[in-house]
This record gives sequence, structure tokens and C-alpha cells, in this order.
Amino acid sequence: MLCPKCHGPMQTFTRSGVQIEQCGNCRGIFLDYGELEALTRMESQYAQPAPPPPGYPQAYPQQQHAAPAWGAPHGGHHGGHRGHHKQQSWAHMLFSS
Amino acid sequence: MGEKVTSSGAALTHALGAVAAAASRVPGQARPAVLAERPDATVVRGGRLVAKAHAPGTDPGELALRLRVAAHPLLVGVLLSPAPLPDHGGALSTVLLGRSVSLWPLGEPVDRDDPDSAPWAEAGALLARLHTVPPARLPGPPPRMRGPVSAARAVARMLAAGPGDPAVLAAWHGLPPWARGEAPQPRQMLCHGDLHMGQLVRHPAPDGPWCLIDVDDLGLGEPTWDLARPAMWFAAGLLDPADWGRFLGAYRAGGGPAVPADGDPWPHLDAAARALAVQTAATAVAKAAQEGRALDGAEQSVLDTCRRIAEVKCSSTPGDDPRPARTRR
Repeated sequence: MLCPKCHGPMQTFTRSGVQIEQCGNCRGIFLDYGELEALTRMESQYAQPAPPPPGYPQAYPQQQHAAPAWGAPHGGHHGGHRGHHKQQSWAHMLFSS
Repeated sequence: MGEKVTSSGAALTHALGAVAAAASRVPGQARPAVLAERPDATVVRGGRLVAKAHAPGTDPGELALRLRVAAHPLLVGVLLSPAPLPDHGGALSTVLLGRSVSLWPLGEPVDRDDPDSAPWAEAGALLARLHTVPPARLPGPPPRMRGPVSAARAVARMLAAGPGDPAVLAAWHGLPPWARGEAPQPRQMLCHGDLHMGQLVRHPAPDGPWCLIDVDDLGLGEPTWDLARPAMWFAAGLLDPADWGRFLGAYRAGGGPAVPADGDPWPHLDAAARALAVQTAATAVAKAAQEGRALDGAEQSVLDTCRRIAEVKCSSTPGDDPRPARTRR
């Protein structure tokens, strides 16, 4: 895909389930409909580092385990709820429909 | 679950124990033992076999088809094979006291007191094998996978028990129709339909290889459903990311078709994981209402997850390329 502004090559990367294109030339970012809202929501919920700096998306690989936009704050990344609910307290859920 | 044992329940457990003990041909040392007694299933051990009474209302024809799939050589080592009922001409199910009954070899379940021992990688690998069984080579055709119908039943149960939680209902109504059991599922692969850690046993007990059990929801359908409960637990902040990684990694390494071999799996998992959050929360709300108690911490986490789900639109379809080619201006 080519950048609509400078026609440079665009790279795709993913942040927490939202896919983003960034131009390798002018560093411009392209978002689909709804993606800006999803990112804004996540930034306010997650308080995570900002998206990778322009030009080096590959140097910032996506989180080891991607998560959906509706995931728990810090869910699956830094312990999150597990800090409050030790495994025993949710173990019953492991064994039921 | 604390359901009272009725006299008919006692008659059923006695009959199941007698069937299992007689079939295992060691009646002398076979003190029948009740392994599970829930509204949807009663399981009794006799000797080296267990007899299971399926849920009231189980369709005997569909159950017979599911049992034939489980008994098929293609499923050896993936799904526990049912044992033929003695004196039933090789039949895999019968009716006892109004309940459909099947017979199984004894397996060693996951230790509920040691959840850290849960075999996440084995579960992922087994699902990959299940999903890659060619449906055309199975007897049947197999019935449809019942996961989405079970989710709809959980929501109905919540609404029968009380007003229902608005967040759970909002998340439910945001699901695509297939995930509510109201439309055909996107893909038609052999699926378990109700995966959790009570659905794996070692066979032969106590230390044989792991395999899947419980054919009640087995059938053709959308394979992301089988990954969706662990996915939802992970996204809700309950399941350790390392365990989720082991499960998903083994599934991908085994060539599982539900998600692409690499890249972000969430565009594919999204709809089914949302549905499992709704099913889990709806069941929890219904049970808490019936038992007159508040939600526990884990249940509340899943309810909170439904609240967030209701705020973020669900748009993708599993199996589709989540990024179709765009036309740029």
C-alpha cells in the first residue's frame, strides 16, 4: 500500500488489536473508520506507552500477547486483576461451562 | 452445585453404577462412586468404567451421532472413545430412567486443587487435531456444534432468574447472529463446543496421555469457539498470559485452523470470546441470584469485561482476512 500523501511505502502494525498503517517516508499514519476512537479509548484505559515512534515500528514489536480493545486494564500484560484475585479464587471457573 | 439429591437421583446413580460395574466385569471390587451430579449430568464410576446420564431433554439421535464421531478411529487420542453398552448389540447409548446414558473408560481429570497443573499446551494441541479432522470422513453427518446455543441458553437462564444485567444484555445484543445461535456458524469444522479444564482427562488413568471428553456440544461449527473461553479468561485478566501463550502456541504449532499461524489472533477470536464472556457472566448472574449471593471476584471480572465489550463494536468475522484490500482515494 502506498501513502496517499507522498506515495511512500506503508507498513502495517498492530496495537492491541487495532491495525495501523504508517508511511516509511513521511511517517504519516492512516487509520480506518473507528480506529482512532478505539485507540483513544485504549490509551485512556491502559495508560500504556505511546505508539512506536515514527519510522521504527519493527523495533517495537507488538506486545508478546495481543489483547482485544475490551480487555481488562493491563489484562494479560502486567498481572492486572491477577494481583487482586489469586488463582485459587478463580480456579472454580476453570472447570465449569 | 449443592443441588439436593432426590430419590429419583439416587435411583439414577444406583442404576448408572450397576451398568458401569457390570460392564467392567469386576463387580466384586466395584463400589460405585458418584463422580459428578449436576442438573445437566450425572457420572458414576463402577470398576474401570464410568456411566454418564446426559442432560434431561438430550436428543437421543444427535447424541448417538456425536458418540459415533467420538468412537471413530480418526479421533483416537483426541477424544476419549465411548465403550459399548453390554447387551445392547454394540450401541453406544441407551435410555435409563428417562435419561440418555453412555459408558466411558475411566480417566484421570485435572487436579482441581492444583490449577497450576492444568495442561494448557496439551489442550491447544488436542484442539488443533480435533479441528483438522476432515468432516467428510466422519460418520453422520455430525450435528452442529452447540456452543452458541448454550450461550443463548445461559442468557435465557439469567433472564428467568431475574431482571438480567444490562451490561451482559448489551454485550449479547452486540454479537453477530451466528454467535447467538441464530444463524449458521461462519465455518464448519469439527469442534468440541464447551472447552474448559474439566474437559480433559488422562487415559489410561492415572498417567496416560491427555484427551478431550464430553461430546454433548460436539459438532461442526466455528473453531474459534473452542479457543474463546481461554481467550476470554486471558482478556478478562484472569488467565496467566504465559498459560494463554502456551495454549495458543501449541494450537498454532499443531496447525490449528481457527486463527492464522502468526500475527494478531484477536480479529478472529473477537466475536467468540465476547460470546463466552456473555455466557460466563450470564451463568454467574443466574447462579448468584438463585443462591442469593453476590458475584465473586472472578465472576465480577467477567461482568466488567461485558461492560467494556458493550462499548466496543464487534466487526470482524472469524476466518476472514481482517484487512480486506482498501481502495484509497
